[in-house]
Amino acid sequence: MNIVVCVKRVPDTGARMELVDGGKAIETRNLGFTISPHEECGVEEAVRLIEKLGGSATVLTLGPPNAEDQLRDSMARGIDRGILLETDGSEWDPAQTASAIVEAIRTKESQGNRFDLFLFGTESADSGDYQVGIRVAHALDLPCVTGIKQLEVQGEKVVARRESATGWEIYEVMLPAVLTVKEGLNLPRHPSLRGTMTARKKPVERLHPNRVPAGLELLRLKLPPEQGAGAEMLGQGIEAVPRIIAVLEELGVL
Amino acid sequence: MILAFIDHDRGTLNLLCLQMLTFGRGLAEKLGVPLQAVLIGCDPAPLLDELHRYGVSSIHLVKHPWLEDYAPEAWAKSIAQLIKSAQPQVLLAASTERGNEVLAHVGALADLPMAANCVQLNPGPRFQVLRQRWGSSLLEEAELHGDPKFITIAPHIIDATEGKTCAEPALETFSPTLDEKDLRVRLTAREETQSEGVDLRTASVVVGGGRGVGSQEGFQLLEELASVLGGAVGGSRVATNNGWRPHSDQIGLTGNRIAPNLYIACGISGAIQHLVGCKGAKHVLVINKDNAAPFFRRADFGVVGDLHEILPALISEIRKRRTQTGLSSVKCG
Repeated sequence: MNIVVCVKRVPDTGARMELVDGGKAIETRNLGFTISPHEECGVEEAVRLIEKLGGSATVLTLGPPNAEDQLRDSMARGIDRGILLETDGSEWDPAQTASAIVEAIRTKESQGNRFDLFLFGTESADSGDYQVGIRVAHALDLPCVTGIKQLEVQGEKVVARRESATGWEIYEVMLPAVLTVKEGLNLPRHPSLRGTMTARKKPVERLHPNRVPAGLELLRLKLPPEQGAGAEMLGQGIEAVPRIIAVLEELGVL
Repeated sequence: MILAFIDHDRGTLNLLCLQMLTFGRGLAEKLGVPLQAVLIGCDPAPLLDELHRYGVSSIHLVKHPWLEDYAPEAWAKSIAQLIKSAQPQVLLAASTERGNEVLAHVGALADLPMAANCVQLNPGPRFQVLRQRWGSSLLEEAELHGDPKFITIAPHIIDATEGKTCAEPALETFSPTLDEKDLRVRLTAREETQSEGVDLRTASVVVGGGRGVGSQEGFQLLEELASVLGGAVGGSRVATNNGWRPHSDQIGLTGNRIAPNLYIACGISGAIQHLVGCKGAKHVLVINKDNAAPFFRRADFGVVGDLHEILPALISEIRKRRTQTGLSSVKCG
């Protein structure tokens, strides 16, 4: 089975964000970067599937040159190779991103590669657009199931489950297919030291995608007003217990 | 005309849909155009009255033998066809799993952009939207190009309220043209799960734990406190990523959104990922060893100290008081 898993590089934000670049971006100088959480589970699932069924897995991202870090991180967990759709780091809207991914996949297919499964996160942690996987599926004329928290490959078929208000919804689709996944699908492994060493030697292909016009054009970011004036401190250590009890009573909890 | 996608499961309305209709009604009034709805795959009769009270003037009932249960591509293709004849200026949906999914499919079919999780719309020559990012920790002003506009409305930005009663909504049947291929993704089965204990999402007291809890066993203390308070236990992403709690217990951007009367957060620093999940809590009590933990700034009450010392003392004090109250009530009786 040949899998492509698409990931997004996002800042590892702390408690409060700051804006730079006239409000076009968030300040990331002092922040680390990670793979957006849903996609981290996509990477883990891809690795588990090829461990079980054989085949190979490719990790793909669109982002600045440093997004190679997230490709290496994925490869350290067991993905075989990476593709970086390199940008200048500015924001690409979901349709632009999908178009670049489709272009890359078509290029790989024209070189004789065949893919059975494309994994995406249902929505990215930062922009939360809910549509890149769906747009790629339409362009490639593939079925797409979104919001998946359990999946099982049965021969040529995938049984995918997503949560509903009362339990699970079950979908069955034939491969090849696009699946968008959510955190909780699995518990991602941490990269091993050996994995990290091996990942350095794995191939990363850099492509420069065409940028179609934006449909959802970012004008500026804004911070919502900060809530709350800070906590009323009830004390230190176990000495605070009587005041905690008083608060519990006041709130009707006790 | 504003066209609203009605998100329902076998005829049961998703409640966020009523918030979206309230938002849509406001937009329709502002633009001086009608609010209409598209309803797929269910008997409209039980919903008519409610949709009417929320200001829907006309319902497009999409009918096709293949549309009895949810099938995202087929639902989206039906809407894409309806749009060509009905010509709405804006297609709205609630930002639910299905709302976002169906509108993204419609956007892909029409080759037009879609904006998810919007909180404000400014129609005009340049149609601007204000939308949530990072689970509402950041807002984005964007221009949405193309027509019609495909937009989902973020949850809980408006209360669902009924509008003025007007004439009965007109019911128009629309018959889409579908291929078998449009049904390649459809809901084929359901499994109902029995919930055990107090549901985290609806609990009135939630005790949450993060890095400071330190281990899976450490959560025993939180379980005890939740148990004496009749609450539920949750965890931060650190707790679920370390395997200390199942992911279904996660409170945060990629987990559950909680709305208890009291949230007691133990050993959680207060990263955005987590704050997004507990924004709905009425009161927050933070217990953390680090007096500089950012969570204190977002909390109502704070205690600086080690949860491993404070929780046992607190639990034993609550138990002691319960016993005393129990005794005194016996005396009174």
